[in-house]
This record gives sequence, structure tokens and C-alpha cells, in this order.
Amino acid sequence: MSAIATGLSTLDRLDRLAQQDTAIHRLDPRAKVLTTLVFIVCVVSFGKYDVIQLLPFLVYPVVLAAGGRVPLGFVARILLVVSPFALFVGVFNPFLDRQVVAEIGGLQISGGWVSYASIILRFLLTAGVALVLTATTSFIGICLALEKLRVPDVLVTQLLLLFRYIFVLGDEAQRLGQARRLRSFGHRGMGLRPYGLMLGQLLLRSFARAQRVYEAMLCRGFDGRIRMARTLHFGRADLLFTLGWTALFVAFRLVDVPLLLGRLTTGMGQ
Amino acid sequence: MSHHTISVVDLGFVYPDGTRALEDVSFEVGHGEAIAVVGANGAGKSTLLMHLNGLLSPTQGTVHIGGLPVIKSTLPEIRRTVGMIFQDSDDQLFMPTVAEDVGFGPLNLGLPPEDVAARVDEALGRVGAAHLKERPPYRLSGGEKRAVAIATVLAMEPNMLVMDEPSSGLDPQARRRLIGLLASFEHTRIIATHDLDMAAELCERVLVMSGGRLVADASVRDVFTDDELLAASGLERPLGMQACPVCGAAEAAPADRAGDR
Repeated sequence: MSAIATGLSTLDRLDRLAQQDTAIHRLDPRAKVLTTLVFIVCVVSFGKYDVIQLLPFLVYPVVLAAGGRVPLGFVARILLVVSPFALFVGVFNPFLDRQVVAEIGGLQISGGWVSYASIILRFLLTAGVALVLTATTSFIGICLALEKLRVPDVLVTQLLLLFRYIFVLGDEAQRLGQARRLRSFGHRGMGLRPYGLMLGQLLLRSFARAQRVYEAMLCRGFDGRIRMARTLHFGRADLLFTLGWTALFVAFRLVDVPLLLGRLTTGMGQ
Repeated sequence: MSHHTISVVDLGFVYPDGTRALEDVSFEVGHGEAIAVVGANGAGKSTLLMHLNGLLSPTQGTVHIGGLPVIKSTLPEIRRTVGMIFQDSDDQLFMPTVAEDVGFGPLNLGLPPEDVAARVDEALGRVGAAHLKERPPYRLSGGEKRAVAIATVLAMEPNMLVMDEPSSGLDPQARRRLIGLLASFEHTRIIATHDLDMAAELCERVLVMSGGRLVADASVRDVFTDDELLAASGLERPLGMQACPVCGAAEAAPADRAGDR
């Protein structure tokens, strides 16, 4: 399978997972989107050397995934694929920041390593929670929530159309790639040049398709706003979910829970 | 609007790049008529169709739908009256699920949600796609996509249907179902197609386009037996009107074939 096909099938699997019917799936998308936003803000607001303090936050994605029957292995696989970005962002930290901040069993740990670990952990938490959110809410559900939360129509329409046509565009790109492979006979073809031309070709085709889609929309009375008949209901469970988790995140942010636990256990040990 | 008629007078269209796509096209379509528009690739069929609901504006001549001129101020009314079914169903199905796509037009017409839901069910039932309601369009087969695309248009309750290559890319049975469905409609129908057998089955009248001009406007029988005209327009007789390639038996008249469906 080509990289594009793998990507599309991942997206398709996410969407299928989102079709399940669990208590988590039944929650109002707005509750999940808002809670997740608070989660992300809390996680990224920690200091640069904070690692241990981030750990309690793992509970949210794990509970959400377990309750929504989202296989953690699947999420981990996607995280692995996108992790190089996060891994490279902080890769120079250990070299630039050599000040020793901790010592474990005679092993000196520099600030660079700690901040690097913090970056990776934050990436895992935020990207992981976004994936679990998509797998329990569906891309469309998230769009709908954003619309109701007063995100501008233009942006929501863009996201909706993006999700719809990424599959069509992916197929088209795959066909182009296949046509190139069939006539390059196992060689590299003509180097990079064809790829540039193919990309241009794909762009032109997308323009043409966008024009046709727009015409089809005009034919059915499109006036700049996509209307959806789906209604959302923000009930008691949704309120509890949002307030409960938000309170917990804020507590995690303000109180050093691991330290507290440590003191408690060592205190009891004496 | 009481008359579901189309009147095209001296229509001419030049694309911005200077390509002369239509020249002096004139014809009338009566209430409830089914008309095929045939011609070689690039003969101007699609360009002609795009004038029937104002996606393109004539550079010359006029188009009237049910007595209304197709001009900017009448477009909302025209587009409600003329349902357009595109060649590539992927272009037409842009919403996340089938139900939402079918409901898109009615919602834009300003119908209340309950009426929209009723129309969605009715339109999907009409094309035999009620079971696809919750599916995303990218998980439909070609035949299902075409059926749903037709439902999206039916849900707006148009008086006329304009179709660009409705049978292209369908397997034989899906094509057969489509023909049955189109035959059951009472709308005024304009069908641009290369599927001449379908044209012969569904339509009484045929418009032949060639090089942007209307070169013939006559009955199915007259057009599809005029070998000279067909050859000059890049066409041939419908397969059903050619001698059998296996046994050599002569063709059956289109009227007979229409009877033994």
C-alpha cells in the first residue's frame, strides 16, 4: 500500500470508530471539544522543566479511550508515525542546556534532557487526546460543535469540505502515482521533476473540481453558509462531564499531585 | 409556474479563453417531454446544459425556463425549477452523510427541519437508497452515488431534470435500474449522453450537436436511422438498432424494444 492509501485508511478507521455507540460517543460534541481544549491549555501551560507534573493528565485520554472503545494500540501507532516532528523539535535541547538539575543514583541529568522529555510528553498528551477525541466524536461532530461554539462559518465549511474531499483527492493522487510507477520500470523515473509536475497537475485538477463542486452547491441554493439539520442537546451528563474534568485539570495544574502522593506514601512509610 | 417548458433562442457562448462553444442554438422543449442531447466529445452538450440553470450566461441569445428568462435576478427560482444532475457524482455529494446531502437543497430553500426530513426520506425512497441514509458519500459504490445524486435533486421537487451523462461509469444492472427510474419520472427531462441506446429508450426526441451547433432536432427514429448525419456528428446507430454482430439479424424498431423491457 502506498503512503497515501495508508493515510486514508487510518482516517477511515478513525471515522468508523467514531460511529460506535458508547456513553462517551453519546456525549454532546461540544462537551468533549470544550473539555479537550481546557486539557490542552493546561498541559501546554506547564513550565519547561515539568515532567512528573504532567503525568496525572494521562488519565483523561486513557479514560476517554477506554470508555469509547478506542484501541490504544491504534492510537499509539498513529502517534509513532507523527512523532518525528516532536522528536526533532527538541533534539538539540540536551546539547544546548547542560546544566545538571537532578541526580538519580549517581547519574547526572541535565536540564536539556528534562525539557526534551517534557516536550515529548506534551506532544503525546495533546496529539493523543486529539486522536481520541476524533475517534469518539467524529470529524463531523467536531465541526458541528465548532459551529455551535461560534467558530466562523467559513472555517467550519472549509473543514467539512476538507474531510469530504480528502478521500477523493487521495484517490486521484494515488492514480497519478500509479501511472508514473507503471512507466518508470522500477527506476526512479526522471528523478524529482515528475513529482513537481504531478503536484501541479493535482492542484489544477483540484481547482477544476472545486469549481464543479461550487456549481453543484449553487444549483441547490448555496448562499455561503452550510446548513445542517442535526441538532445537539447539551444535557446534564454533558455538563457534569465538562465541569468534572475541567475541575480536575485545573487541580492538576495548581497542585503538584505526584509530589503530594509521594509525601503521603513516604510519610506513611515512616 | 404552470408550464415546465424550455425555450432557447439563438444561443451563443464563447469561453473566456476565446473558445466558441455554442453558436446559434435554438430549440423548444414542451411540458413533460424527454429529450436526448447527443454529439461527439466537445460538441457543446455540457456547455448547453449549463445554460439551462444559469451556471453560464449566454454571450448571445436568450434562455427561458417556464416563461422566465434566465438572468441573475431569476436564478433562485430557476435553480429550484431545474434540477441538475452532474456527470461526476462526487462533485454533487459534498456533505458528510447522504441524508445531510439530500437535505442540503431543502434546507437552503428555507423549509422547516421536519419537512426537510420528510423530503429526504421520500427522495431516497424514490431512488431506492433509503438504506444508505447515514453513510458518508465516500463509502458508496458508483451506482449508489448516482442514485443518491438524483435524490439530492428530487428533494428540491424540481419541475425539470437536466442530466449530464447519467449512465456513464455504471455497471449494466445499475444502468438498467437507472433507466427504469428515469422512465418513471414525469418531469421534463433533458439528458446529454453518449449512451445512445438509453437515449433511444427514454426519449422521443433527439438534439444532435456538432461543433457547437445544433445540427438536428428530430424524432429518435429519424435521427438514429440517418447514417449520414450520425457519421458527420461523430456518432453511430445505437447498438440495439444495428444488425446483431453474432447472428446478423437486423435491428428491432426502438418502439418494440421499449415495449419488452
